[in-house]
Amino acid sequence: MHTELWSLIIEKTIFGVILLAAIMTGAAYVTLAERKVASWFQDRIGPNRAGPLGLLQPLADGIKFFLKEDMIPKNVHKAFYLLAPGIAAIPPLLIAASIPWGNQIELLGKAIKLQMIDLNVGILFIFAFASIGVYGVMLGGWASNNKYSLMGGLRSSSQMISYELAQGTAVVGVLLLAGTLSLDEIVKQQDSLTKWYVWRQPIGFFIFFVASLAELARVPFDLPEAENELVGGYHTEYSSMKFGLFQVSEYIHLIVTSALISTLYFGGWQIPFVDIASNSSFIYGVLGVISLLLKTVFFIFVFMWLRWTLPRFRYDQLMSLGWKFLLEAAFVWIVITAILVLAFPWYKTWF
Amino acid sequence: MIKIAFIILSLISIFSALMVISRKNPVASVLWLVFHFFGIAGLYVLLGAHFLAAVQIIVYAGAIMVLFLFVVMMLNLNLVNNEKRGKIIGKSIGAVVSGLVLVLFTYSIRTTKWNELFFNQVTDQEWGTAVKLGSLLFSNWLVPFQIVGILLFAAVIGVVALMKRKITRKVENGIVITQEEDVA
Amino acid sequence: MLSEYLPVVIQLLIAIGFAAFVLIVTHILGPKRYDPIKHDTYECGVDYYGNAQRKFAIKFYIISVLFVLFDVEVIFLYPWAINLVDLGWQGFWGMFVFLGILTFAILFAWKKGALEWE
Repeated sequence: MHTELWSLIIEKTIFGVILLAAIMTGAAYVTLAERKVASWFQDRIGPNRAGPLGLLQPLADGIKFFLKEDMIPKNVHKAFYLLAPGIAAIPPLLIAASIPWGNQIELLGKAIKLQMIDLNVGILFIFAFASIGVYGVMLGGWASNNKYSLMGGLRSSSQMISYELAQGTAVVGVLLLAGTLSLDEIVKQQDSLTKWYVWRQPIGFFIFFVASLAELARVPFDLPEAENELVGGYHTEYSSMKFGLFQVSEYIHLIVTSALISTLYFGGWQIPFVDIASNSSFIYGVLGVISLLLKTVFFIFVFMWLRWTLPRFRYDQLMSLGWKFLLEAAFVWIVITAILVLAFPWYKTWF
Repeated sequence: MIKIAFIILSLISIFSALMVISRKNPVASVLWLVFHFFGIAGLYVLLGAHFLAAVQIIVYAGAIMVLFLFVVMMLNLNLVNNEKRGKIIGKSIGAVVSGLVLVLFTYSIRTTKWNELFFNQVTDQEWGTAVKLGSLLFSNWLVPFQIVGILLFAAVIGVVALMKRKITRKVENGIVITQEEDVA
Repeated sequence: MLSEYLPVVIQLLIAIGFAAFVLIVTHILGPKRYDPIKHDTYECGVDYYGNAQRKFAIKFYIISVLFVLFDVEVIFLYPWAINLVDLGWQGFWGMFVFLGILTFAILFAWKKGALEWE
């Protein structure tokens, strides 16, 4: 019993550390990708000095962040000011751990599941920690004792909580079809191209996608950082790696949200026409991970593409869209899905 | 194993609850209360109430405490330093009320027959999952569920009544007069 | 069942450890040069006045109260959704009425102007 427990602890700890390293590297390179994509859209070269094609740029940025002066302005509420970036960084890491990054791989004669946290309330767990993310923003804005920061923090947190509702409701469409809250199960049910939930949940997917954009505070919903109005939003007074943590947590959140969209609507680690679930060999497991990563990269690219395509909303428009359109649309869509599931059993089994 | 987890979680909960009531800064109290809710959610998990644990974090830690934090941030914290006022009266009322609550809780905890009520009935390990909860809630407890809906509606009416102050501005003899009146 | 939650604790510790490590390391590595002007509140170079902890629009408060109420509603959708096939039409109508009441509530708030931002 005890050896079993210890082997579980060791396995999960190693997995967690590898995941942390992978996701931090990922976040670093997403920042580079953001700049590269921007330069591509604007027909310029972008970062190209650090290493070939600028590939060492994230490393240089990271080192710079660490070596900058760790400045604590004199008017801040010190304890909360220091706590805020830490609180902001923790929820995305927990969400990352509960996404099934792959099916399983055999290593050293042991089948290892490529999902660190697999709960029977998986989706609720993700929303629980997503809702904790508000605290970092609010606290950062308040503790800075700066009017711009406070306004930025208030705007961000109001926006996040408003769109959380639409996001949470849109997922219910998938749950009606899946009949489970476990993300692992949801992926396993999408075992062929036609069974990807996006085909049966196009409107649910659209609402979820728009709400995710707003949750991430990306264009066209990047009001919290509207630089011409609010300087830098809630992290105006932050410097060095304290600012870096806010930034990193934002990019981890971007990666995790893209992975979540892929998992819920685009089959997660499933590959069309390849049966991964019943094959536990090493190579198939790796193929599954690559499949999910490709889908994730695609959605990250879409988020960046939108950034250079759409103009920014006004704050009242943003709130109207969330409360007066998306939420009601999500309710109607849930009712329609429920009728379809009950009246046409074929809709649930699909072909 | 469960015993150790229970002791750790209880200590976390009690300690953070003590911190909530002993902090002077209300923002610190709110954060400790969030921490406290995590401890409570852990205790729910130990009881097998997985859905309830998730709800505890989503609704209490993620929504209600955000509201509290808004309220605390809305109050002007620099004015809160009036400890002298109503010190004795306030404290004695508080002591009486909490003493009565303590008596009530002790009495009801001691007289409830827990073994008959709870421990003997739970044979199903999955009683607290969302599936089991949903199948009971939407068949046996459908009417109370609808009453919850009406309760939430009443709360929405309350919110609207609370916020709705119509501000009218008119100019009389070159002076701007602003008037506030309650609508709703 | 409970061993499912062990990774949550492990990951929580890893995440907290990581955040603390980063904050401490950056504090040690960075230079420290105090300057009364540099460490002042930044308001675009203009001298700041008053305190930032002032009263702000009640709108934010209203939105967060409405969020609490509708969050409770959304939570009820989850156990309903994963049970719908077993519950059948009775379960559907139960949720339909519940959703109807709350849609009416949101329309009421809308009509009364609680969702306006002017």
